[in-house]
Amino acid sequence: MFKKSKVGSKSHFNKNGYFFVFPYAALFIVFILAPVIMAVILSFTNFNAIQFPEAVGLLNYINLITSDDVFMQYVLPNTVKYALIVGVGGYVLSFLLAWALANMTKVPRTIFALILYSPSMTTGVAMTVLWKIMFTGDQTGYINSWLMDIGAINEPIIWLVSTDYLLPIVIIIGLWSSMGVGFLAILAGLLNVDESLYEAAAIDGVKNRFQEMIYVTIPSMKPQMLFAAVMQIVGAFQNGQISTLLAGNPTPQYAAQLIVNHIEDYGFIRYEMGYAAATSVALLLIVQVFSVISKKLFGEE
Amino acid sequence: MAAYKGHRMNPDKFERGQIKIYLFVVPLVLITGLPIVFIVFHAFKPMEELFAFPPKFITTHPTLDNFRKLFKASRSAGIPLSKYVFNSVLITVVTVFASLFFSTAAAYALSKLKFKGRSAMLSINQFALMFVPVAVMIPRYLVVNKLGLIDSYWAEILPLIPLPVALFLVKQFVDQVPDSLIEAAYMDGAKEFQIYRKIILPMIKPAIATAAILVFQQVWTNLEAANYYINDDGLKSLAFYMSTLTSTTTTNTVAGQGISAAASLIMFLPNLILFCILQKNVMNTMAHSGIK
Repeated sequence: MFKKSKVGSKSHFNKNGYFFVFPYAALFIVFILAPVIMAVILSFTNFNAIQFPEAVGLLNYINLITSDDVFMQYVLPNTVKYALIVGVGGYVLSFLLAWALANMTKVPRTIFALILYSPSMTTGVAMTVLWKIMFTGDQTGYINSWLMDIGAINEPIIWLVSTDYLLPIVIIIGLWSSMGVGFLAILAGLLNVDESLYEAAAIDGVKNRFQEMIYVTIPSMKPQMLFAAVMQIVGAFQNGQISTLLAGNPTPQYAAQLIVNHIEDYGFIRYEMGYAAATSVALLLIVQVFSVISKKLFGEE
Repeated sequence: MAAYKGHRMNPDKFERGQIKIYLFVVPLVLITGLPIVFIVFHAFKPMEELFAFPPKFITTHPTLDNFRKLFKASRSAGIPLSKYVFNSVLITVVTVFASLFFSTAAAYALSKLKFKGRSAMLSINQFALMFVPVAVMIPRYLVVNKLGLIDSYWAEILPLIPLPVALFLVKQFVDQVPDSLIEAAYMDGAKEFQIYRKIILPMIKPAIATAAILVFQQVWTNLEAANYYINDDGLKSLAFYMSTLTSTTTTNTVAGQGISAAASLIMFLPNLILFCILQKNVMNTMAHSGIK
């Protein structure tokens, strides 16, 4: 008397599913999916937020690549630098830290994980004031005062206006707040790797912790690695807002102008919505590139 | 030959081999933690220590002056702080509960019920993990505007309810609920809603806690809604009010720094407390977070 399972069976069609999905799906479509689709459509138009958008074909994209000097000279290089250091570098760092924490006993691990995660709770942006106080441009600023104390500098540095230091500061803040959900996922993944795998690998000739990490640990937690990679890169770009919060938009001589700030500049300051939309699509594509690479590395065939 | 034995993650006790690891982790933990400790110290500094030169890291005479001034500043601005607190609590509570209800329901359906379009929805949601919210600020503003939500609480609530990463994590967790339990309930004549309420919800508590934290963080610190969708100051959130205190004009004055630090601390603490209480659940959920 075997009754076919209602749950796992492919043949059973349960239309009640729609009722359960509907509220989420409706809001998801309206507030997440529709804006992305609109961004794609608007990117082919000229739109000033008042008159009806006028189709211009690929003009926005052509302008973005060929005639937007600010984008090519500052925004793109800054964004690439930022994404590589905060996205990729932050990812490697969160893996190494999670791995180190997984090799500790429970109590210190929990405390350290909490401290490392806490900056990301504030989404970086909420802590703008902190960095403004730290990097105050005269000798009353904390960083200036310390550096002058130890004799590293003689004159206070005007950090947040300086074209040399602004981007590094934004990158440091990005790294500081990059131990987020991805970091926790990696830590949880590490703690759940099947221990018999390590014993088996030792018999097969794995000689040290580093080999173990490459040949056993990472391959057996690829799904978490992929999830963490996506979270990391999205979080990095999301936190890019901090540069205009610190230094205004545009940042002094575009020194720390990231693609997110460029979108804000064109969308909310110049009201060139079509152009801003094309820039948004460029950003979504950049994230896509990172995610394709991550899938190549960690995806399961 | 002394063969490498393979070592264990999550050791039970401290061993000498761990010292190297501490040497790597402790400095990074200190660097990460210092700015937060600094904000705490700064928020409790009296005026003379804020003005101290050279600047002092540690507060020797803690005081609540900055918090008092924070309350006063809002009174003089016309809208009492209590109004902002009320707005934020209302927005946060409604959003978190609606979001949890909707995403657990959707996760249940996507994991355990068969219907057309299910796998498409799953992949779209997974794809949406990669949408950087700030990238589509402008079209989202256009949507909110078109729906006539500008200057209403709805503008601060509805757009924040769907959170792809929350649905994703909850769905992964629902996948762990054994089908046999659900089959047994069907045999006893249970309907889908009963199964959702009586079996699924109690079994996915860690995932619900995790989703709650993630949604809470989004809503509590959200500035986009108050900045762009709301013109009426009486409807704006606490996060918005706090951000006006930390804007360029006020932090230039040293006295303003203390108030801003107090404001940052107030915004940060609820996140920290919630995470501390629920951290076990978070780790439990993250164990199932992988993208296959």
